[in-house]
Amino acid sequence: MVIEKDINEQIKWAQINSDVLRSMENPRKAYWITFFVCIAMVACAVVAEIYQYRTGLGPSNLNNPHMWGMYISTFVFWIGMSHSGTLLSAILHIIHADWRKPIYRFAEAMTTFSLMTAGFFPIIHLGRVWNFYWVVPYVSARGVWPNFRSPLSWDAFAISTYLSASMLFLFIGMIPDLAICRDNARGFRKKLYGALSLGWVGSDKQWRHFRKTYLLMACFLIPLAVSVHSIVSSDFAMSIMPGWHVTSFPPYFVAGALYSGCAAIITLFIMLRYFFRFEEYMTLAIMEKTCKLTFAIAMVWTYLNLIEFAATWYGHDVYSKEVLIAKATGPYAWIFWTMIFCGSVVPFALAFQKLRRHMPTMFVVSLLLNLSMYFERWMIVAPTLSMAMEPHQFYIMYASVVQWAIVFGSFGWFGLLFLVFVKVFPSVSMYEVKEMVFHRRRLINEEAAAKFHRRSGDPQPGAQPA
Amino acid sequence: MKTHRVKGLFNNFEEAFAAVSDVRHSKVPGIGIDDVTLNSPIEHPEVEEVLGDRPAHIPKFTLGGATFGLVFGFLFLAAAQASFLVQPQGGKPVIPLPSNFVLVYEMLIFFAVWTTFFAFLFTSGLFQRRGNLYSEKVSLDQIGVIVELNKDQLEPLRKLFQQHKVLEIREEEIR
Repeated sequence: MVIEKDINEQIKWAQINSDVLRSMENPRKAYWITFFVCIAMVACAVVAEIYQYRTGLGPSNLNNPHMWGMYISTFVFWIGMSHSGTLLSAILHIIHADWRKPIYRFAEAMTTFSLMTAGFFPIIHLGRVWNFYWVVPYVSARGVWPNFRSPLSWDAFAISTYLSASMLFLFIGMIPDLAICRDNARGFRKKLYGALSLGWVGSDKQWRHFRKTYLLMACFLIPLAVSVHSIVSSDFAMSIMPGWHVTSFPPYFVAGALYSGCAAIITLFIMLRYFFRFEEYMTLAIMEKTCKLTFAIAMVWTYLNLIEFAATWYGHDVYSKEVLIAKATGPYAWIFWTMIFCGSVVPFALAFQKLRRHMPTMFVVSLLLNLSMYFERWMIVAPTLSMAMEPHQFYIMYASVVQWAIVFGSFGWFGLLFLVFVKVFPSVSMYEVKEMVFHRRRLINEEAAAKFHRRSGDPQPGAQPA
Repeated sequence: MKTHRVKGLFNNFEEAFAAVSDVRHSKVPGIGIDDVTLNSPIEHPEVEEVLGDRPAHIPKFTLGGATFGLVFGFLFLAAAQASFLVQPQGGKPVIPLPSNFVLVYEMLIFFAVWTTFFAFLFTSGLFQRRGNLYSEKVSLDQIGVIVELNKDQLEPLRKLFQQHKVLEIREEEIR
C-alpha cells in the first residue's frame, strides 16, 4: 500500500510565499458576487432586527412558553462551529499532528467569526436589546443584581473569554506571516502589515518566545473551549425542564460542537482549494485525514445521542419520556429524523476512500452534516418548550419570517467576515507550511540529516551522545 | 562594547549552523556564542543545539496571570455578590461557591491568556526598528546570522562566512 504524502516536500519556500500572497490579490468576479450576496443577507437581518426592535418580540413568534426559538438554536449552532479552530489548531498542535498546518489558519478564523456571530443572538433574543449589559457582574450600585447562579451569566463570562482568547491565538499565530506580507506589500497594505507584524524579524529570540506563547495559548484554549460548550449546555441542563435535565448534556454538546466544526472545515477546505487553487497545500491526503477525524467524532456524537435516549427511556421521569416520544413522532418528527439520518447515517460516506477523495460528494456531505447539527440544536430547544410540564401550555411554534431573516443574515455576516479575512490575511500559514516541508524533506533525506547532525556537533543518528 | 554588527545570509540551515558552530568553537578570537543572533523564516527545532540554551520567561508571567485571575476573580465576584445583602436570599448563600468556581475558572484563563500575550509582546524583542541589516530574504527562504563584534574582527569573520558559502554580507556600525 502506497501512503500518499500530505504535501509535496520538494515545493520551494519561495513558491509557498508567492502562492499564498497571490490568493490575497485582486479578487475575482465570483468573490465579488459572493461578497454582495453576503451583504444582502446581512441587510435582510438588519431590516428584520429593526422591525423587531420597534414592534417587540411579537412578530418573531416568541412568546411563553417558546421564549428562545431559533435565536438560541442558532446561538448554540454558532458556538459549536467555533470549536473547529480549537480542535485543529490547539489539540492537533499539542499532539504534533503536522498535517494540520496548511488548514488550521482558516479554522482559527472560523472560530473567531463564529463567536462574533453567536454573540448577537442572546442579545437579539432579549427583545429589549438595550438591557444586554445586565449580565455584566459589576457591583450592583444601580440595582441590576445579576444572578450569578444562572448559567446565562456564566455564558457571558465564558464566551467573552473564549472570544478574546481565540482572537489572540489567531493573531499571535499570524505574526510571522504578517511580516512576510509586510515585506512583499506596497502602499497602505505595507503600513497595515508593518503595524500588525509588530516589528517581527524572525530572530531566534522571537521564535523561541513565539513557540512558548503559542503552546501556552493552545494549552489554555482547549479547557476553555470545553468549558464554553459545557456552560452553554448548562443553560439547558441546569433547569428542571423535561428533556434538558440530563447529565450527559455537556459532553453531548462538546461532541456536537466538534462535529459541526469539522464539517464546516471540510466545506471551507473545498471552497478555498477550488477558488484559490490551493491543491498543493490542501491536498487529498489532508482531506482524507480531516474526513476520518470527522467520522470518528460523528460516531461519538451518535453514541452520546443513544445514551441520552436510553437514559430518558429507562428513567422514571414520565415528562422527559413524553418529550422524547414527541420528538420522534410529534410535529417536529421530520426534523428529528432528518437530524438522525444526516448526523448518524450520512457520515458513513466518510468511511469510504473513493467518496472521501471526491470533492463534490464531500462538499454535499459536509453541508448535510451541518444541516443535521443545526436541526440538532432546534430539537434541543423547541420540543421541550413545546411540551413542558403544563399541558395547557402545549404549543407548537414555527419560526416567523423575522426569525428566519435574522438567522439567514447571520450566515451572511459570517460569510462576509470570512471573505474579508481571506483577502486581507493569509488563509494558509506560510511559515508553518515551510516548516512542514522542511521536516518532511529532512525525514526522507537521511544523508542530509546525518550531515546536518555532524555539523551541529550532535552525535550521529543512532549513536549514543558523549 | 562591540562596535560593529555583521550579517551573513545563507542559503540553508546547514551552512548557517556550520558558521555559527565555528564561531562557537572560537574560530574568530574574541567572539562568543552570545554575540550571535540567528534570523530564519521558520522556527528551527535544533536551533538551541547550536546557539545553546537561551531563556524564555513567558511561562512565569502566565503563572502569575493565572494566579491573579484566580484571586482577583473570586474577590471581584464576592465583592459584587456581597452588595446583594439588601436582597432576601431565601436561605441560599450570599457568595455561592459552586457557581463561583465556574466563573473563577473562566477568569483564571482570561487573565492567564492576556498576561501570556503581553509577556510575549514585551519580552520577545518586538517593536524594534528593523535597521539596515534586515533583509526581506529572511522572510522568504534565507537564513541570516548576525554577529556583534569589534572592527579588528571583521575580516576574520568575513572569511569564515565565505568558507561557508555566504550569499551576502551586510555590515553596520553600532551607535
